[in-house]
Amino acid sequence: MKPGNSIRRDATPGLRQSMSSLHTWVALLLGWVLYAMFLTGTVSYFREEISQWMRPELAPQVHAPDLALAAQRVADELKTMVPDSPQWSLMLPDARSNSVYAFWRTKRGPGGRFEDGRFDPATGKAIDARDTLGGDFFYRFHFQFYYLPIVWGRLLAGLAAMFMLVAIISGIITHKKIFIDFFTFRWGKGQRSWLDAHNALSVFGLPFHLMITYTGLVTLMALYMPWGQQLAIHTPTERQQLRAELSAFLQPDKATGQAHALASIEDMVRQAQARWGSGNIATVTVTNPNDAASRVSISRGEEGRVSMSPQYLLFEGSSGKLLETHDHVGPAAETRGVLYALHLGRFSDTATRWLYFLVSLAGTAMVGTGLVLWTVKRRQKLPDPDRPYFGLRLVEKLNIASIAGLSIAMAAFLWGNRLLPVGLPDRASSEIQVFFVVWATALVHAMLRPSKAAWVEQLWTATALLALLPVLNALTTSRPLWHSLANGDWVFAGMDLTCWALAALHAVLAVRTARHTRRVRPAVAKSESRRAAADPAPGEA
Amino acid sequence: MNRLMHRVRHAAPVASRIAAALFGGYGLAALGSIAPLALPVSKPQAVLAGMLASFVIYAGAVIWVFAASSARRAWAGLLVAAVPLLLAALPIWLQAGIS
Repeated sequence: MKPGNSIRRDATPGLRQSMSSLHTWVALLLGWVLYAMFLTGTVSYFREEISQWMRPELAPQVHAPDLALAAQRVADELKTMVPDSPQWSLMLPDARSNSVYAFWRTKRGPGGRFEDGRFDPATGKAIDARDTLGGDFFYRFHFQFYYLPIVWGRLLAGLAAMFMLVAIISGIITHKKIFIDFFTFRWGKGQRSWLDAHNALSVFGLPFHLMITYTGLVTLMALYMPWGQQLAIHTPTERQQLRAELSAFLQPDKATGQAHALASIEDMVRQAQARWGSGNIATVTVTNPNDAASRVSISRGEEGRVSMSPQYLLFEGSSGKLLETHDHVGPAAETRGVLYALHLGRFSDTATRWLYFLVSLAGTAMVGTGLVLWTVKRRQKLPDPDRPYFGLRLVEKLNIASIAGLSIAMAAFLWGNRLLPVGLPDRASSEIQVFFVVWATALVHAMLRPSKAAWVEQLWTATALLALLPVLNALTTSRPLWHSLANGDWVFAGMDLTCWALAALHAVLAVRTARHTRRVRPAVAKSESRRAAADPAPGEA
Repeated sequence: MNRLMHRVRHAAPVASRIAAALFGGYGLAALGSIAPLALPVSKPQAVLAGMLASFVIYAGAVIWVFAASSARRAWAGLLVAAVPLLLAALPIWLQAGIS
């Protein structure tokens, strides 16, 4: 890229021109990363549902379990399973999940590490289902990717989010007629149509896109901006004060070494239920479970509030006595809690959740159309549009693999879930390998085929994989669509129907791409044609 | 050779702006995340308020850097904005260094 073309030193460009260049290059540089983050984040609004679909052995939840009993059962199980654990936490199920997620430190000291598992709320035993990461794979990929070390992944996600924020703001400044643009749509006009689609998608969801980008940064802000904390927070008491503003998670204190059984977790959860409602308990954390110094925190769920701020009861574990009640946090912490909750949308009811999904999908399409627009705009300025220069070809290929290819890879992940043998060792990782191998194959395919053919073939492949997924589900599980519809099994019925809707979307895109013929533009904007004439060759990439 | 020189001279201001945006912007945001510690509020609240504000500062700084009419002005603007934040942050910094 020859940046001198975009931002000129001598001739001072107008504000809108420099913002347009900024928008273009910032968005392009991490556009593919952002697209993948947007799409995996979008489906993560149905993370629990995807997880349920990927564990078809677990019966659909007919009514929510008694949380106090479920917590006690899993606590008993963990007592025998990991007796040396200095700390464990349970995430109790709600209407959307049918298992208890638990994670624990294996033992005290340097050899201890975190492990996790899912448990049946009815028995307390580890669930008996195929080994899979479920919807958590998309969820984690969304902010830390996969093969990267976690911290580096999160830093990359933060950088991408920051780029996104800059792209949004510079994009807004670029558009003088944002309202008129929104109601303008020029069908079948090549670059114009892409531009109009990009504008409509961006403006339609603008408040959401701004919110989701900023709140995304807020979710990991302590990693991105640790300086204030490093300067001001020194003593263990200060650290604990800050932590209590952010989460109900407890760090284990020193154990006394004096063994003492844990009092009834059930009773403690009942007290919390009396306070917040029977279904509105989020987590139970226990430190030093078999020691006289044990502590238990039980936190409030997100029903009826848009905030992730911790509200919790702290109990003495040995006696079950209530020690502290945390029912509010400071104003800055509450602001952070609300922003965090807005990002995750866990407070949503079904309708709100679908709205989140659809607007977020529009955001994904905003990034995707922007990436395509970049190539369309440059290709038609070429003296011979059929022989693009290297940079343009590269962007085109990466676009194909990261847009159409990602759809294929995500669908293949779900196929892998149904087709890999249940007894396969390390099965959960194998499912993920399927995802990455298929994605890499899509990239190779895009490199080898002419761009248009690659688009069409990959879009049809995604269509086929999505359209046949309900068929595969019917063949490999006892919960086919007619069964789930008849029994009101909305998780399975919803997955099947959504797959078909997404298949239809991909089919429309495939047909439109296949029909598309590049036209010689009759009226190239004058300045553009002049520039193309003056600087025909190595150009901007 | 001339062509190369021309390109370098052409690219230098842009490279300077990119550095100003990425690193200067982050530096300003980091200062902005420390400055609230000077406010008469509890430490956790000041720390969190600083973190929350920092991304807005960062984004604003990047926009400024590319909106300014020259790379030099872009840097100058960042420095001017840094002065009050630095004045607020400095005592805390020194205090932390001593304690």
